[in-house]
Amino acid sequence: MTEIKLSSLTKRYKDITAVDGLSLEIEKGELFGLLGVNGAGKTTTIKMLSTLTAPTSGDAEIAGFSILGDKQKIRERIAISPQETAVAENLTARENLKMMAGIYSMDKDAAEKKIAELCNALSLSKVMDKRLKKLSGGYKRRVSIAMALINSPSVLFLDEPTLGLDVIARAELWDAIKAIKGELTIILTTHYLEEAQEMCDRLAVMKDGKLITVGTDKEIMKEAGVDDFEAAFVKLVKEGRS
Amino acid sequence: MRWLTFTKRTAKEIILDPLTVAFGLGMPVALLLLLSAINSGIPEGYGPSNFKIENLTPGVNVFAMSFLTLMAGLLLSKDRGSSLLQRLLTTPLTAVDYIVGYMLPLIPIALMQGIICYVVAMILGLSFTANIFLAILISILPAIMFAALGLLLGTLLNEKQVGGICGALVTNLTAWLSGAWFSLDMVGGAFKTVGQILPFYHAVEMQKAVLHGSYSGIFTEGHIWVVLGYCVVLCVLAVVLFTSRMREK
Repeated sequence: MTEIKLSSLTKRYKDITAVDGLSLEIEKGELFGLLGVNGAGKTTTIKMLSTLTAPTSGDAEIAGFSILGDKQKIRERIAISPQETAVAENLTARENLKMMAGIYSMDKDAAEKKIAELCNALSLSKVMDKRLKKLSGGYKRRVSIAMALINSPSVLFLDEPTLGLDVIARAELWDAIKAIKGELTIILTTHYLEEAQEMCDRLAVMKDGKLITVGTDKEIMKEAGVDDFEAAFVKLVKEGRS
Repeated sequence: MRWLTFTKRTAKEIILDPLTVAFGLGMPVALLLLLSAINSGIPEGYGPSNFKIENLTPGVNVFAMSFLTLMAGLLLSKDRGSSLLQRLLTTPLTAVDYIVGYMLPLIPIALMQGIICYVVAMILGLSFTANIFLAILISILPAIMFAALGLLLGTLLNEKQVGGICGALVTNLTAWLSGAWFSLDMVGGAFKTVGQILPFYHAVEMQKAVLHGSYSGIFTEGHIWVVLGYCVVLCVLAVVLFTSRMREK
């Protein structure tokens, strides 16, 4: 069942076309990876899908709602964990989660239950009552993801979730993402190709705002005619074919 | 009740910045003590009547409230520079929720400023009357106005610019053009005209009138309408500009 449908989605900023006629479909429950070098248009695509910025032309539907006309309905169903850690640094992890629960109008019992569930799933129990500004980058990212999951969204956007994390924090965060995989549709952008290959059900490669290819890791390697995913990515991006 | 959640969060952020709160609350006390000390050195019948405690207190109170502009502006501009606001913009929070959430926690601070101001003024010789309660209560209007102005500037400017504009320009405009330190008639001309067009003078005169028991004066002389008008216009502008800027973002 299709959860997200992009139809010729385009975003232009003056002379720059950040996203150029992007069309693709993402299935419900899929972990979908958006790959590309810097400036490929991944973050702009996520900003448009999460209603943060309007497309110049084209449209996208999430759960049947258009990003052009049904913003409020989409906002009730999605969540985003942006590139930078989007938390209230002066509040504790628990206060951050309670704030998000309140914003989604969750009742107190449901919020407490969900917070306990997320605390367990993302291994946050040690830091729940500590202010975010005193936590490591890895913990902040995990809290950021927990905040995104508080309202049980049907779609989660993870924009470079492991950016700037050390190798241990990165591994822990991938474990946390694995723990929630399958429960909701996840759109992920990352520069870590090996991890994307391991985690994602399907991947799309973008270059200069255009979609170069989309498929499973095996399909992409077959298309490129190589046995290694990183080599396939480099080859397809260098050739820039569409 | 989404606005309430956001209001709680903003209130926590304000409380966790005790230096700004302490400055906002302590500054009117320092001014009252200093200006009363100056006034006590001036022989009876000389010097401006503004320095008499019953005239000075409303002026100091309104001047102190100009720091709400700085607080509101800094809160919003800080958030605008963070990813937290980007996350919140993808939630069902509306522009009105944001503006109310930023503004509401500042009202108790304004009331505390009023209470502290009048308690110190009574220690310095202001006679206690029930009008003091009404003067504090009516100060909510200029408090909303100053907070809305801060949110407007916080929407348009970055944190550094807000510090400069609100910390220097708005506080100075309030100080000089409110008639708190000296009567606008003393200067007259364009200075007086500009002072009467801006809301600061009317905010002081409105509070003075209530303190002196001339309730009808706030209506007949139009002070309340000017302050109310600025309140409405600034609040609407804050919501509209916030929506528009966030859409651009």
